[in-house]
Amino acid sequence: MLDLNTKKIKKNAYRVTKVRGETASRIRVPGGLLTADILPIIQNIAETYGNGRIHLTTRQGFEIPGIRYEDMDAVNALLQPIIDKLDINQEIPGKGYTAAGTRNVSACIGSNVCPFANYNTTDFAKKMEKEIFPNDLHFKVAFTGCANDCIKARMQDFGIIGMTEPQYEKERCVNCQACVKACKKKSVDALTVENYRIVRNTEKCVGCGECVINCPTRAWTRSTEKYYRLVIMGRTGKRNPRLAEDFLVWTTEDVIIKIINNTYKFVENYIDRSAPGGKEHIGYIIDRAGFSEFKKWALDGVDLGDKTIVKGPVYWSGLHYD
Amino acid sequence: MGYQINQDKMNAILTELSKKYKIYGPRRYVGDGTFAHVDTIRYGEVTTLDDIEFKEKSNYSFKEVLLPISETLFYFTENEMKEADAPHSGAIVFLRSCDLHGLKRMDTIYLKNGAVDTYYKRLRDNTKFILMGCEDSFENCFCVSMGTNQSDDYDAYLKIDGQNVLIDSHWDLLDTALAEMPEIQVIPDAVSQNKTVVEIPEAIPQSVIDSPFWEDYANRCIACGRCNFVCPTCTCFTMQDIFYTDNGKAGERRRVWASCHVDGYTDMAGGHAFRDNKGQRMRFKVMHKINDYKKRFGTQMCIGCGRCDDVCPEYISFSNCINKLNTLVKEEN
Repeated sequence: MLDLNTKKIKKNAYRVTKVRGETASRIRVPGGLLTADILPIIQNIAETYGNGRIHLTTRQGFEIPGIRYEDMDAVNALLQPIIDKLDINQEIPGKGYTAAGTRNVSACIGSNVCPFANYNTTDFAKKMEKEIFPNDLHFKVAFTGCANDCIKARMQDFGIIGMTEPQYEKERCVNCQACVKACKKKSVDALTVENYRIVRNTEKCVGCGECVINCPTRAWTRSTEKYYRLVIMGRTGKRNPRLAEDFLVWTTEDVIIKIINNTYKFVENYIDRSAPGGKEHIGYIIDRAGFSEFKKWALDGVDLGDKTIVKGPVYWSGLHYD
Repeated sequence: MGYQINQDKMNAILTELSKKYKIYGPRRYVGDGTFAHVDTIRYGEVTTLDDIEFKEKSNYSFKEVLLPISETLFYFTENEMKEADAPHSGAIVFLRSCDLHGLKRMDTIYLKNGAVDTYYKRLRDNTKFILMGCEDSFENCFCVSMGTNQSDDYDAYLKIDGQNVLIDSHWDLLDTALAEMPEIQVIPDAVSQNKTVVEIPEAIPQSVIDSPFWEDYANRCIACGRCNFVCPTCTCFTMQDIFYTDNGKAGERRRVWASCHVDGYTDMAGGHAFRDNKGQRMRFKVMHKINDYKKRFGTQMCIGCGRCDDVCPEYISFSNCINKLNTLVKEEN
């Protein structure tokens, strides 16, 4: 006769499924990048203890359904090399994943492969994993390499969109206008020509890097510093699904890490303790506490530097069903 | 004369030379590439041997030292004008054998093709060329096919050999600086074969202009001009007359690199363009490199560095185009 503590099971990254007696093991892959040698381990678990099927999750993980609850210890033992290889923050070695509120930090393929990416999304995602895992609070963080936002960063509590500040060496420019055309047709039309040379409208420029990508002479290059647009409090859900809005533009890695860590403190302070499962989405907490109160907590002790533009007060729109 | 010298002493000689010459070499520009975290190797000023990228092929050629990408020729206001000062009065350029052959192509166009180009000549006259050897062929190189894999008309040859530097000097100033050093025989490294081999067709018939052969390139080429800009033998330029915006009575004339692949190259007053079709632009370039130039000057233009193949974002291969053209010409004959 099964006698289970479902709360503990969920915290161990197993799902309570609709099928009586069967659970599903959830394997998080921070940053969405793994080495191929992990796949046979997943295959082995699915074929030995599951039903031979594997679900690819939206947040870049694997979910192995059809596992009997009594096999969880055996599965945890098989998961250990995956956890080691992925360098997951693990609470008790040998006891599987720790899971709770904070969701897998996901990332687009980034500058390892994609020509449009302005930074290594996987590296930043893994760094973020180290900062915030494991944690009971419901946080969704995702990294995307450029403004195309393939990871859907604007559907997250924190979306990090890569930017570069284009550097123009006018003496290398041949006025071919490849940058102007690319910016006009693929981005925000921030470039104009004056006396055969390019003028960048810094107010309009979104730092996508199209000018750099299309420049044939290296007149346009990337800034040494990596910049990011931090968008906040996007969400799906029943009441008020909405896209994340800009909070910081031209910000840096250190600032983003500090702000997300600060937000955990804000949530600890303002969360509705009576919320089901002790979980309440950050966005609804900010809706209740007010943006200015969130901002006060988020920017506590943060040195924004000279370049960062702070947006606010931030208002979200989206659909209201409540 | 051949010499052996340690790197520190050679760097001291370079420091001394830099008082009179600007020293240019292929440098690694970290993160300067088209994509994030990608470097570019292109020409820039160097102060020590450590600044020079000896291991890899440069993405861009040395040509910008003698033919700046954008060069102000003169300034004008009302009834007066002043010629712009030269970017440098003397230079030393580190380059590989293929590029040294490219220099001959530039000399032909700017010095031996009718009127002497004074702007080129004033940069060229007091420039010394130091050969960098090639122990192995790089990807896409076809210098052996073009006969540019070896050079002996350098001012010096320099090779890094552990902590030492091996030099073969043809330059009296350098001989004087190296007078105390042990003399040894130094023979430049040169490759004797490349993975890429091209066979240039002899006597290309005029009918190739209308061949459907070029249609493939019409669909593939995006007219970015990268193949031209990286090529040490592409020497076309255009002019820009600028009137300073705060004072419409003063301005400058610049000459700027031009590319026969980029839109606007053949534009005429009234808006007509001769080669709208990108396949025809490819045809024009290829024929110029392997046919027209030779007819006029007696040597092949292309020096087989393969940079055009290295850089093309659409993976159009110039060397493969030549070989395919060769097959086509053979079939037609």
